[in-house]
Amino acid sequence: MSVSVRIPTILRTYTGGSAEVSGEGATLRDVLAKLDSDYPGIGARILDESGKIRRFVNVYVGEEDVRFAQGLDTPAPDGTQISIIPAVAGG
Amino acid sequence: MSLDFGPAVGLSCRECGARYPLGPSFACQECFGPLEAAYEFGEVTRAAIESGPANIWRYRSLLPVPADVADKPNMNPGWTKLVRAGNLGRALGIRSLHVKDDSGNPTHSFKDRVVAMAVEAARNFGFHTLSCSSTGNLAGAVTAAAARAGLEACVFIPANLEQAKIAMARVFGGRLVGIEGTYDDVNRFCSELIGDPLGDKWGFTNINLRPYYAEGSKTLAYEIAEQLGWRLPEQIIIPIASGSQLTKIDKGFKELVALGLVEDTPYKIFGAQAAGCSPVSTAYKAGHDVVQPVRPDTIAKSLAIGNPADGPYVLDIARRTGGGVEDVTDAEIVAAIKLLASAEGIFAETAGGVTVGVLKKLTETGQLDPEAETVVLNTGDGLKTLDAISGDARPTAVIKPSLDAFRATV
Repeated sequence: MSVSVRIPTILRTYTGGSAEVSGEGATLRDVLAKLDSDYPGIGARILDESGKIRRFVNVYVGEEDVRFAQGLDTPAPDGTQISIIPAVAGG
Repeated sequence: MSLDFGPAVGLSCRECGARYPLGPSFACQECFGPLEAAYEFGEVTRAAIESGPANIWRYRSLLPVPADVADKPNMNPGWTKLVRAGNLGRALGIRSLHVKDDSGNPTHSFKDRVVAMAVEAARNFGFHTLSCSSTGNLAGAVTAAAARAGLEACVFIPANLEQAKIAMARVFGGRLVGIEGTYDDVNRFCSELIGDPLGDKWGFTNINLRPYYAEGSKTLAYEIAEQLGWRLPEQIIIPIASGSQLTKIDKGFKELVALGLVEDTPYKIFGAQAAGCSPVSTAYKAGHDVVQPVRPDTIAKSLAIGNPADGPYVLDIARRTGGGVEDVTDAEIVAAIKLLASAEGIFAETAGGVTVGVLKKLTETGQLDPEAETVVLNTGDGLKTLDAISGDARPTAVIKPSLDAFRATV
């Protein structure tokens, strides 16, 4: 299962500057695990010590904020785009 | 590039404390936490502040701006009225009540305060375009400030905003782009734009300029304290959208105490949300310290942020100060707009209906001390959200121009 993962600017040091990389996995959890094996260290930037998504990171699978879906267990169908985005305030 | 941010000397992560040099960055590389301006203040006195201009630049030595900021073309916002609200206080049974009425700013909302910081940051970083994701008020504040500062503007809003906010954002020129979706969708879009060459040399007020921009809300705290006679209020009710304003007002109060400008007296901070977008209120009442996002559905569009980035800090502050977070329904918002208008002659936008509605609810439920000195914020102008009171947007009677006709209506 192949997906594309959009990488925010502050994590592009891990991806050699790439804004988008390909990933694999049946769920978001699997995709992030594979991402960390391809780009060692990037996983710990997205997940905290207990393995949860950090509170100032938003992750989208397709158009859906995964906190509206099943969090790390959200399915990642073939061809999906996953976006990792720092939380920002405004209004 | 030589940067001049006055007393601000760096950025620090609010979450983990990591330090960074001043720059157009907003998220911590370690933990994604929000970065904020860190200062080394010189000596700041009441007298020096009081001799400054009647706008936010009287507090320039407490803000991330150069010392000569007042000489540059900008909107000079702030020093809005702190209205002694005796009638509203009597109606609600509160002994001492003031309304901080920020509809008096140049584009009629508190956003002029924060945008003024972003303009200075954009100048510092050599950006040519000022941009933002906006629930409405910010878009108008940005396009106006960009016009005066001689910057390009390109702002993004949810396509379904109130007509007045769209007009306000258009009239100053620049590009206004409606996005099909909620504010949270707009915000996400802008976050991706910022990492793309399309957004190169753009200053997004609430994204890459946010550590500077957000500091502008501290001026609400400074003004309220100075206008009360250099005293902190005992209770304050603040609207919550992203939670940034509430967080920065608390920061402002703490700075005033640390600098010896006011006495260290206790204050309680209460956050106000619309029931149709109440993720922070829900988390507060459930005892959580993180906020579960929601999909907004409320007439208080300027507060319709379902995924509030500073929500966790709002929860911390409400609990630390002994305040709280409460929400009111759309019907209560409309009733509160009318109550404030008829009691004090202040026409608030829906966000002001939220704070006044929450003030009423907190009083009725005993969460607020009616004997304590209380300040409630109105952050915007009712003319921008006329739909909220559209049922009243007509004359009480239409008659022939004759005394008899008028007599018949009495």
